[in-house]
Amino acid sequence: MSAYSFSTEKVSEHAHFSDALLEKARVAIAKYPEGKQKSAVLEILHDVQNEFGWVSVTAMDRVAELLSIQPIEVYEVASFYTMFNLEPTGKYVLEVCRTGPCQLRGAEELITYLEHKTGAHHGHPSPDGRFTVKPVECLAACGMAPCLQVRLKQLDGDYKYYENLDEPTVDRLIAEEWI
Amino acid sequence: MATQTKILTQHIDVPGIDTLAVYRQHGGYAAVEKALKTMSPDAVVEEVKKSGLRGRGGAGFPTGMKWSFIDRKSGNPRYLVCNADESEPGTFKDRYLMTRSPHSLIEGMIVSSFALEAHLSYIYIRGEMLATMRILEKAIVEAYAAGLLGKNILGSGYDLDLFVAPGGGAYICGEETALIESLEGKRGNPRNKPPFPAVKGLWQNPTVVNNVETIAATPWIINNGGEAYAAIGVGRSTGTKLISACGHINKPGVYEIELGVPVEEFIYSDQYCGGIWKGKKLKAVVAGGSSVPILPAQLITKTAAGENRLMTYESLAEGGFASGTMLGSGGFIVMDEDTCIVRNTHSFARFYHHESCGQCSPCREGTGWMEKVLHRIETGQGRMHDIDLLVDVAKKIEGNTICPLGDAAAWPVASAIRHFRDEFIWHIEHPQEATQPGAVYRGEAAIA
Repeated sequence: MSAYSFSTEKVSEHAHFSDALLEKARVAIAKYPEGKQKSAVLEILHDVQNEFGWVSVTAMDRVAELLSIQPIEVYEVASFYTMFNLEPTGKYVLEVCRTGPCQLRGAEELITYLEHKTGAHHGHPSPDGRFTVKPVECLAACGMAPCLQVRLKQLDGDYKYYENLDEPTVDRLIAEEWI
Repeated sequence: MATQTKILTQHIDVPGIDTLAVYRQHGGYAAVEKALKTMSPDAVVEEVKKSGLRGRGGAGFPTGMKWSFIDRKSGNPRYLVCNADESEPGTFKDRYLMTRSPHSLIEGMIVSSFALEAHLSYIYIRGEMLATMRILEKAIVEAYAAGLLGKNILGSGYDLDLFVAPGGGAYICGEETALIESLEGKRGNPRNKPPFPAVKGLWQNPTVVNNVETIAATPWIINNGGEAYAAIGVGRSTGTKLISACGHINKPGVYEIELGVPVEEFIYSDQYCGGIWKGKKLKAVVAGGSSVPILPAQLITKTAAGENRLMTYESLAEGGFASGTMLGSGGFIVMDEDTCIVRNTHSFARFYHHESCGQCSPCREGTGWMEKVLHRIETGQGRMHDIDLLVDVAKKIEGNTICPLGDAAAWPVASAIRHFRDEFIWHIEHPQEATQPGAVYRGEAAIA
């Protein structure tokens, strides 16, 4: 497996969590019994990634503080789960499924095409900072293959699935939707 | 063709079925009324036992029996956790059900939590399905507002809180003890068993983990009785099953079938997959998600003994691993005559290497070996002894790991070589030809 990059650089603007982010963290923590607040770490990391675009060490230290746990307990979780981007990404992270069922219907060709069209190669952001192409494993949309998902600010940071993709559709999305 | 009973998807196409009002207009939450007001928790467990319902996540373990293992003596809090970490390649039924009809799952969670006398339950959903998580959370808010969740549900005296917790991208968290670790906010490393979750699960308290589809089937069983459910299907494969069909077929999608439909009918009938796309021939099928053994065309529609194979736990397993497979999660992956089995096996091996948690060395190292050796064969660098090396590595992983991911990684590789050895040999003997784009071995034996 290609190595995950892990930026250890301090990012001062990630030390301050907005009120909206703190409120989301509070709601996540309230789902669990007293003393079990650590359970909220994954949900809070999603919210942090939504706010800042990626998960920095500075932000993880703040999460540890919020949950009264050690920073390493956040780092080891963030580095285990593949959705968390531990270094800066392009504005749109195209998570393209590459697993067997999608591969049967052209996923590998789609990934090559996306890298070519966006200029984002090998998991690195495109030179214009607009895209990262991130091949991922099965997205549970095998019947609508090939597929990808993108986190969209327009949807308050929720993910949107794009299914039954082909080259003309990708061209249109790059020109009109992911801007 | 007989009309098929629909239990999980009967109303799934009704506009607005994701809202409480429309769901209730179609009989929704009747099972909550019935169970909480007229039945004891034990009676609910008994009804589910009678139904013969089996775990729909892949293992097929009898649900009622699993429930009966939960520790009620210690007096510790009990939890129900729904496994919505649908990640098995080829499987996309739970996402479909939750996205279209979230109340089906919530109603099942209430009935099942009541049976286990749990007062706090979680739906652990894949991080990739955050959009579906929002749909579930919206439906949960509606259910609380209608008195279907919270304190004293419908005046029955029963209390239940229900929350949705997201994962972060890890196939391993579909394994129930890894899921529990993840729900505790940790890396998803599976635990040793025993103790089983029914005794020591979430926060070391008694816990039952059930798949989405399993839980969503319980309201129908309560409304209609376990015997009515058991009357559907064949033998010990009772009730209906969601099959998610994908790959080289005309109509990929999620189909609810009565267990017992002939495999041939499932593949070729217009009611289901609608046959192989582009008029091509069938080469192979992975019938129950990527982990189960692949079967060539001639063994998927008929058993080695020449009997028609049915979509049941037992019929698909007929012949053991020598000539059979498993129903698994119902992820039905179809491959046409132009599919390269080596390439496909490499893709699955890469998946398991990527998803191994790294805890047990046979799996951590073995999955990497298998990926590398398969990559070597696929790119024309293979050596003849690589085939036996793969078989050997697979054998050394199987049965030697804490959780079933090791077996799941070993089976696709071992079965591909078992049934398509000629194709691997051809790749190694003809590296130039085999590495041309679109090159496929067309030995007679592999094509029906």
